[in-house]
Amino acid sequence: MDIKLSVKNLEAFYGKNKVLKSMTLDIPRNKVIAIIGPSGCGKSTFLRCLNRMHEVVGGTIRGEILLDGDDIMKKDPVDVRRKLGMVFQKPNPFPTMSIFNNVAAGLKFNGYKNKKQLGEIVEKSLKQAALWEEVKDNLNQSGINLSGGQQQRLCIARTLAVNPEVVLMDEPASALDPISTTKIEDLIFELKKDYTIVIVTHNMQQASRVSDYTAFFYLGELIEYGETKKIFTSPLNKQTEDYIRGRFG
Amino acid sequence: MEKELATFKFRLWRRKITNFVMMGLTVVAVLVAIIPLIFIFYYTISKGITYLNLDFFIQMPKPVGESGGGMANAIVGTLILIGIGGGIGIPVGIMAGTYLSEFGNNKFGSLVRFLTDVLSGVPSIVVGVVAYTLVVVPMKHFSALAGGIALAILMIPTITRTTEEIIKLVPHSLREAGLALGIPKWKTTLLIVLKTAWKGIATGILLGLSRAAGETAPLLFTALGNRFWSTSIFQPIASLTVYIYDYAKAPFEDWNNQAWTAALVLILLISLLSLLFKILTRSKYKTNR
Ligand SMILES: Nc1ncnc2c1ncn2[C@@H]1O[C@H](COP(=O)(O)OP(=O)(O)OP(=O)(O)O)[C@@H](O)[C@H]1O
Ligand SMILES: [Mg+2]
Repeated sequence: MDIKLSVKNLEAFYGKNKVLKSMTLDIPRNKVIAIIGPSGCGKSTFLRCLNRMHEVVGGTIRGEILLDGDDIMKKDPVDVRRKLGMVFQKPNPFPTMSIFNNVAAGLKFNGYKNKKQLGEIVEKSLKQAALWEEVKDNLNQSGINLSGGQQQRLCIARTLAVNPEVVLMDEPASALDPISTTKIEDLIFELKKDYTIVIVTHNMQQASRVSDYTAFFYLGELIEYGETKKIFTSPLNKQTEDYIRGRFG
Repeated sequence: MEKELATFKFRLWRRKITNFVMMGLTVVAVLVAIIPLIFIFYYTISKGITYLNLDFFIQMPKPVGESGGGMANAIVGTLILIGIGGGIGIPVGIMAGTYLSEFGNNKFGSLVRFLTDVLSGVPSIVVGVVAYTLVVVPMKHFSALAGGIALAILMIPTITRTTEEIIKLVPHSLREAGLALGIPKWKTTLLIVLKTAWKGIATGILLGLSRAAGETAPLLFTALGNRFWSTSIFQPIASLTVYIYDYAKAPFEDWNNQAWTAALVLILLISLLSLLFKILTRSKYKTNR
């Protein structure tokens, strides 16, 4: 297996409160990994550790996270975040910027100047995020007048525009209607060709539809991790089985 | 049953009365709040209009005894003074406010916050004395620069605290969005957070500038005043407020009237400033919410 991200003995804290307990797992390249588990089990925290957003809210990390063999904890967090893009649960487009500038923001603010190429990248990213057809005539309008689902796809386009290697998605479809959700799921399927994707979801069907591997977290621990098909048909652990059968708690 | 219905009716009736009385009180309060404003406008306009003509804007003050003339030097002087004040006060205020909200979650931040609050309570005349000691004495003469610095000191607390409060209102999710794109923290703060908060910050700046434009006391022993045309920042400079102060207490009716006109012009100037800010901060996008 070709490993993109290798997490070793990862522990995460908020102050003295340990919320991830020694997690070890390998994330293969160009696959979709779903993270499932009950609320508060540390899914978001795990995702935020992977691109060092955990420390933005004052959290601390112990352990190793290797991206293509290099420990990201020893690198500049700004560089790490360019390689591991993140899509948040709630769409958060920049309210003062046009649709175009929302997508271009990551490049522009990092000193990218070539106007023509910028336009091409914006178009490509919006197409990848399946939003191009809906906004191509209104690129100069504000991003916050879009619907929630369109905003989320705008945020995905924005993340793709900086050309990351890994895309981290924290419940990207939780606030969306079934049609937008389907669009985002199709999109994840498309993106798998170029990116490694880690997605947190509360939706079991979604996890089984889009992911190749599934990790089940419970109370800050990695309970089971394996091929999605296996996890959903014959989980090894009783807790995993109870959770995916909806018999939890 | 009968009795219950009666109490119910009584309660309903009482509630209506209470509602009516409270409503009346709020209306009275509003009137008390706006009556002074109406008087201010009424007097400045009715008395100030006499001399409000082109001459007032382009002529210099006439010597005692001669009638007519204008306050061109004072209008330009006031603009220069708030220009210097704003030129120093706005960047310092915005940067200090940004620091407090984004990085000021520590002892130093609390100290700065406390000191700014103290500074905003210091009487403006005291600020004038300080500027006199710090600028006028070493330079050995009064100057527009000294006046501008005094005004800057007066603006800084207002701008700092509004900037801080407004920036705090910017959702954390926008900062995270910026950081997650690999945009360094300082750029995220400057290009995303400050830009999003810009409208509110502009209101703070406007408040600071308006307050500074209306100050007299700190100018008396810094910018002093000047009966002649001067635009040098190293020379004493005229200002509308100091002219109002001098002319209003002068024993000539002509001057008293010109003081009213100067007051009117000052109010117009500040209104114009507000308008300018409204236009500058008009958002590019029509939003539905
Ligand atoms: N900013 C924070 N400060 C302190 N504790 C936090 C913070 N964010 C999360 N926690 C704690 O860390 C634990 C894990 O939270 P996390 O957000 O990772 O859960 P989650 O699995 O994403 O839950 P959900 O499914 O509800 O989003 C929780 O117990 C939570 O209380
Ligand atoms: Mg979460």
